[in-house]
Amino acid sequence: MNKTYDAERRLFIKNCAAVSGGSLLASLLPAPDLFAAASPGVDRAFEARWYEKLPYKKVKCKLCPRECVVDDRERGYCGVRENWDGVYYSLVYSHPCTYHIDPIEKKPLFHFLPGAAAFSLATVGCNVDCKFCQNWQISQTRPEQVDNFDLSPKEIAEMARTDRIPVIACTYSEPVVFSEYMHDIAREGNDRNIRSVMISNGYIQEAPMRELAKVLTAVKIDLKAFTEKYYREIVAGELKPVLDTLVLLRKLGIWTEIVYLMVPTLNDSDRELKQLSVWIARNLGKDMPVHFTRFYPQYRMQNLPPTPLKTLERARDIALGEGLHYVYVGNVPGHAGENTYCPNCQKALIRRKGFLIMENRLENGKCPDCGASIPGIWT
Amino acid sequence: MNRRDFILNSLKIGAGFSFLPFPDKNVFSLISAPVNSRVVEIVNPAVRKSGSFNAAVISRMLDEGISQLYGNENPRTVWKNLFPAHHTVGIKVNCLSGKHGASHTMLVEAVIEKLRRAGIPPGSIIIWDRLDRDLENAGFSLNRTNKNKVRCFGNDTAGFDRKLYMNGSVASLVSRTLTQFCDSVINIPVLKDHGIVGITLSMKNFFGAIHNPNKYHASAGNPFVADLYEMDIIRRKSRLIICDALDAQHEGGPPFKPQWVWPMNGLLLALDGVALDRVGWEIIERKRAETGFPPLEKAGRKPEYILTAGQKGIGQSQLDEIEWVKSGV
Repeated sequence: MNKTYDAERRLFIKNCAAVSGGSLLASLLPAPDLFAAASPGVDRAFEARWYEKLPYKKVKCKLCPRECVVDDRERGYCGVRENWDGVYYSLVYSHPCTYHIDPIEKKPLFHFLPGAAAFSLATVGCNVDCKFCQNWQISQTRPEQVDNFDLSPKEIAEMARTDRIPVIACTYSEPVVFSEYMHDIAREGNDRNIRSVMISNGYIQEAPMRELAKVLTAVKIDLKAFTEKYYREIVAGELKPVLDTLVLLRKLGIWTEIVYLMVPTLNDSDRELKQLSVWIARNLGKDMPVHFTRFYPQYRMQNLPPTPLKTLERARDIALGEGLHYVYVGNVPGHAGENTYCPNCQKALIRRKGFLIMENRLENGKCPDCGASIPGIWT
Repeated sequence: MNRRDFILNSLKIGAGFSFLPFPDKNVFSLISAPVNSRVVEIVNPAVRKSGSFNAAVISRMLDEGISQLYGNENPRTVWKNLFPAHHTVGIKVNCLSGKHGASHTMLVEAVIEKLRRAGIPPGSIIIWDRLDRDLENAGFSLNRTNKNKVRCFGNDTAGFDRKLYMNGSVASLVSRTLTQFCDSVINIPVLKDHGIVGITLSMKNFFGAIHNPNKYHASAGNPFVADLYEMDIIRRKSRLIICDALDAQHEGGPPFKPQWVWPMNGLLLALDGVALDRVGWEIIERKRAETGFPPLEKAGRKPEYILTAGQKGIGQSQLDEIEWVKSGV
């Protein structure tokens, strides 16, 4: 049976959910204008950095594990890279579809410059297709289907510098698909003492991730579940490469935090949460911050309710029980699980309410009560 | 489904035409009904004329094809009944591969002439595909606004309906040309190979009607192509398929690769897109065998989605159940 959902109704529900859930992203993003805009064409394109040329003008993309083999005049799965006469182009380099100034807590990054503003931007496109995507109007569209800005990496960095914003965040859709742009923005930012962070699904090959790590300061990875089945059926991706990325980031010393969106009945079993926690402790260390965040019905997943609070608390308890030190509850403003506690003396160190910092007691990255060092980038 | 749709669908099932698009109610009173899942293949080498094509022969091939599709009915009567004068008719071409690999402009012009003679004013005809630039590259002249002439524009001009259309594995925004501007659609794909999904014909041509076709090439397009073609908005408006096989390509598609193009000098006509795609698949397999290429299955791109569409009941995918009418072959 075909199903159609009225966009106006959906927008209304989304905005309600966004407000009630503390996620203002959906309501802050400009609604993409799907009725206008010109075709980007290769005249506005930028040659991709990670691909191989194949016979008969085909190319193989080497950016994400999908490794799309793309024929002449065709695009990869992400919809923002096009083969033109055997040369592969990014159609979104210097063409963000949105930018905004957010608190860093919204990413969320909790152990990274608490309270800092982040100049946040995105282009269209994504290399997966999560059925619950809250930004599908930009992540699942092509450049010609929205209005885009013309902003070079240098211009982005200058805008952040002019407004004295200490962080640039590539976020909202999937930065992997605009890796070249993100890389050059971060490089320009570094030249101006502005740090850059990537808010990503982690579905990226090792070589481009290594290149990006040279210019990024922190990364947040959406680990969407801990089963290949979920990744295959709900995400249209794979788990293993994401885990590999997390391990690589740790090896490279990039500050990383994990978000795990709890989707009722699909990725919230005790068994899966325990396996997840054990894997994180063993492979990434017990200091890896993990955020269990609340799901709201979106996009193609309208048939499930928002995540019950008890489910989030259960997940947090399981992860803490497995020894993880920094486990958070997300999308529940005012919940005690939003705070950072010292794993040694259990005292609250940073108290948060939604995206606001209510109190920050850290002293030079240490607990003022027992002196324990708290991992993160604090200054 | 509203009451009118329910009654129409009930009539369709009762008449045994469940795979077919449903023409206006008077069609059965005026002309013979086509046999379920009939595919007419018209071949005429005289269509080729000094490096180009002969418009008069294309016109005759269309007449013969549409007539045979409806059991030797008068072609003009068929056109009139398939496309009532009050309809806006969209002609969905396939232009991604540039001028040489696209639906031929001369064929499209011949189709427009048939529609005009059937009483459709030029301003009620829209040639459309994915992007303006694709149409221009294929040799079509854009006309976005002049309603006194045949209009021609891509989805980037038309925009997309703001509803999310969902069916099975597919969730897409659909071109407003299909959802809002057209009452009926003539689908003009090109008979050609596809490097990922095997072949790209009637069903796959509707990838050019959605905003996110890049999401649906995995697993050789199965079940995505079938799920898309099953969408009510597509099935309800698709009236006729005229597959351009004047030139056909059996390897290296969808880009135009002249070394693998052969002058088939043909057209395939059908109302059942699944049946037409099954026949097209067979033609391409035979040509591949003849020229030493492995079957599509061995090449790792069997168009399983055609069989899936058959299993879903949206068309006939069993070759021995399809009435494959050949003329001049």
